[in-house]
Amino acid sequence: MSSETKQILTTDGIPLEVSLKKAEKKNKIKAFLLVAPLLLFLVITYIFPIGDMFMRSVDDRMVTNMLPKTFKAMEKWENLDELPPEEVYRGFYEDYKLLAENQQHGKLGQRLNKEKNGFNTITKKLFRQIKRKKIDESASLKEQINKLHKRWRDVEYWQAIKRTAPPYTASKYLKGMDMYFAADGSIAQVDEDRRIHRILWLRTLEIAFFVTLFCFFMGYPIAHLLATLPMKYSNLLMICVLLPFWTSLLVRTASWMILLQQQGIVNDFFVMIGLVADDNRPEMMYNKVGTYVAMTQILLPFMVLPLYSVMKTISPSLMRAGKSLGGTPFVAFWKVYFPLTIPGIGAGCLLVFILAIGYYITPALVGGASGTLISNQIAFHMKTTLDWSFASAMGLMLLTGVLVIYWIYNKLVGVDNIKLG
Amino acid sequence: MSKNPEFVKFDKVDKSYDGKVLVVKDLQLDIAEGEFITMLGPSGSGKTTCLMMLAGFETPTHGEILLDGNIISNIPPHKRGIGMVFQNYALFPHMTVYENLAFPLRVRKVEKDEIDKKVDKALSMVSLSGFETRMPAQLSGGQQQRVAVARALVFDPAVVLMDEPLGALDKNLRESMQYEIKHIHESIGVTVVYVTHDQSEALTMSNRIAVFNDGKVQQLSNPAELYEKPVNSFVAEFIGENNTFNGEVIDIAKDKCKVKLANSEILANPISVKSKGEKTTVSLRPERALINPTDKMDNMFTGKIEEVIYHGDHTRVRLNLLGSSEFILKVPNSTSNLELKVSQDINIGWNSVDARALDPK
Repeated sequence: MSSETKQILTTDGIPLEVSLKKAEKKNKIKAFLLVAPLLLFLVITYIFPIGDMFMRSVDDRMVTNMLPKTFKAMEKWENLDELPPEEVYRGFYEDYKLLAENQQHGKLGQRLNKEKNGFNTITKKLFRQIKRKKIDESASLKEQINKLHKRWRDVEYWQAIKRTAPPYTASKYLKGMDMYFAADGSIAQVDEDRRIHRILWLRTLEIAFFVTLFCFFMGYPIAHLLATLPMKYSNLLMICVLLPFWTSLLVRTASWMILLQQQGIVNDFFVMIGLVADDNRPEMMYNKVGTYVAMTQILLPFMVLPLYSVMKTISPSLMRAGKSLGGTPFVAFWKVYFPLTIPGIGAGCLLVFILAIGYYITPALVGGASGTLISNQIAFHMKTTLDWSFASAMGLMLLTGVLVIYWIYNKLVGVDNIKLG
Repeated sequence: MSKNPEFVKFDKVDKSYDGKVLVVKDLQLDIAEGEFITMLGPSGSGKTTCLMMLAGFETPTHGEILLDGNIISNIPPHKRGIGMVFQNYALFPHMTVYENLAFPLRVRKVEKDEIDKKVDKALSMVSLSGFETRMPAQLSGGQQQRVAVARALVFDPAVVLMDEPLGALDKNLRESMQYEIKHIHESIGVTVVYVTHDQSEALTMSNRIAVFNDGKVQQLSNPAELYEKPVNSFVAEFIGENNTFNGEVIDIAKDKCKVKLANSEILANPISVKSKGEKTTVSLRPERALINPTDKMDNMFTGKIEEVIYHGDHTRVRLNLLGSSEFILKVPNSTSNLELKVSQDINIGWNSVDARALDPK
């Protein structure tokens, strides 16, 4: 509408736009109230936990709160290559004394020990001196503390304390990528033989990619059959596809364990038909093979259903037209049918890939050491090491990865082209 | 070059889908080169099955189909070189109009320049030049239909099949497309096999019409003959409107017979009755019965008007005549119009030659 057009008024003289807004307001409120429960649910169960996860993953306020005077004094510590001035020692002493009175000194020792090995010993030594009241607060604290242990005279330990000063840190994220902040604050790589996370990330991507590929090659013909068979057969086939959906994930994974183990049914069958020797049964479980087989089977319906719903809408006369116009069956398929199924392929692949990238139970049960994924590592830190902030950081990295994939997909195919049903 | 009168030949073709019921029975049909032939019939009469067998999507259960003297029953659809227009157009939705038309040429490995030329020509034939880059979804129903026709013709097929191509269009558009397809056929002389259940469409467009019922061709003739001289009561009933009398032949001569109805007798033209005592259905076109005839006619009766329905260009009058209250008259809307009123008595007359005594219903 150009600005020159006259404002349209209703018969009462109210501008049409105002009148329209008024008329639609009630409907808008109604619509909002209808989605409000879901919105609230999402905020409570999704947005808030993600926010909390993020806070946890970067939160490093523990030491900041424990050593307020130290960090205040450290602001005046200028030459970082030399030991800090007396004020820093005093601040640290006072902070530590307070912690010792509140029985909190142990936590600090452990936390600092993570930052640099050897802190536990020297803080305990300081604690004993304070307890025995061996420290003269009127004299130079720098000298007295330095005398306690040679490590107190090592500037690297003081630098380590200083590194814990900022209330927030990205160190968990670096750890997730097998990197850390070196003593001088730069980012360094973990030794090659200790890099486990990068391997896990790559393996997760690899397994998700191949599972998606297997699902696609197995799901496409099934979906095509489903869409073209007469009703009475296609219903039966549909039930076969959906049956796994109705069975517990745990039960399905357990049955794969029965099938795939070395004394399992599949191996027995191979031995029976003479494919493998009885004393040389292949390991199909507790490795990648098991993860591939079980995950492909479990995620197959997520590929079949979007494909099916798209194929169902493709008129069979299109293939006939392709053939009657002179295309061989293959040409008719490749030039006519296949391009029309791309929205379904996109949806199915995206769905399977994203589900596979965060899969947990199946790899945990049948994956063994070489078939576990990053989510198993996250669970390990949640349950065993109790390092929740690290688990949160990796969870967020996973989420970011999924969003990146979604973004790339949107750039390549366009989300508008996805059809889920 | 003389035209081959047996360009397409159905030779004793049977088709059954389930091994129990024959959908097409012993079909014998010759189609001449350059002819526009329509398969007309109610749904389930086997006409579409015949078309699908010709296109190669169904195989005959028995018998052979010949194209230009060659048996084609074992040739797959893509090698038959038959163009086809589908009921719902079947345009490829992910291709532009140009790509749709280029498809049959590209699979035939035609040169790029040649493709451009042919697509151009085909589009101008259906007056859609300039629509090359549109997607099918951006076209109206009529335009999609034209693209489908152009696509079926662009690779110069010997035969073009059309499976109820106008079924989805509204009435006015359907009529204008009928003429357009007819003109295209006349200008390029391709053989067209057209399937429809719409009799007016068949009468408008075809050189010959094959009326299908119950898997059999009931009558194969040109439109005029089909309408004027139906050979059995199904055709008489299916094509156009039709007044019927059921009765028994009581006297028969060379070109006249006397038929006894429930309480009167009429003279009729014996078509499928041969002897006295046969049951028959007499068929009379509504426009062949005259009101208040001035000349002497073979049959003259008085009927009572039951209903008058105004139709614009004509008025339909339902009469109670000879014990039946379903007798229909069509009165043209002219200035010398009669005053027609319900429950008025009027005189009706018709000649025996127009009253065709056919097989009993």
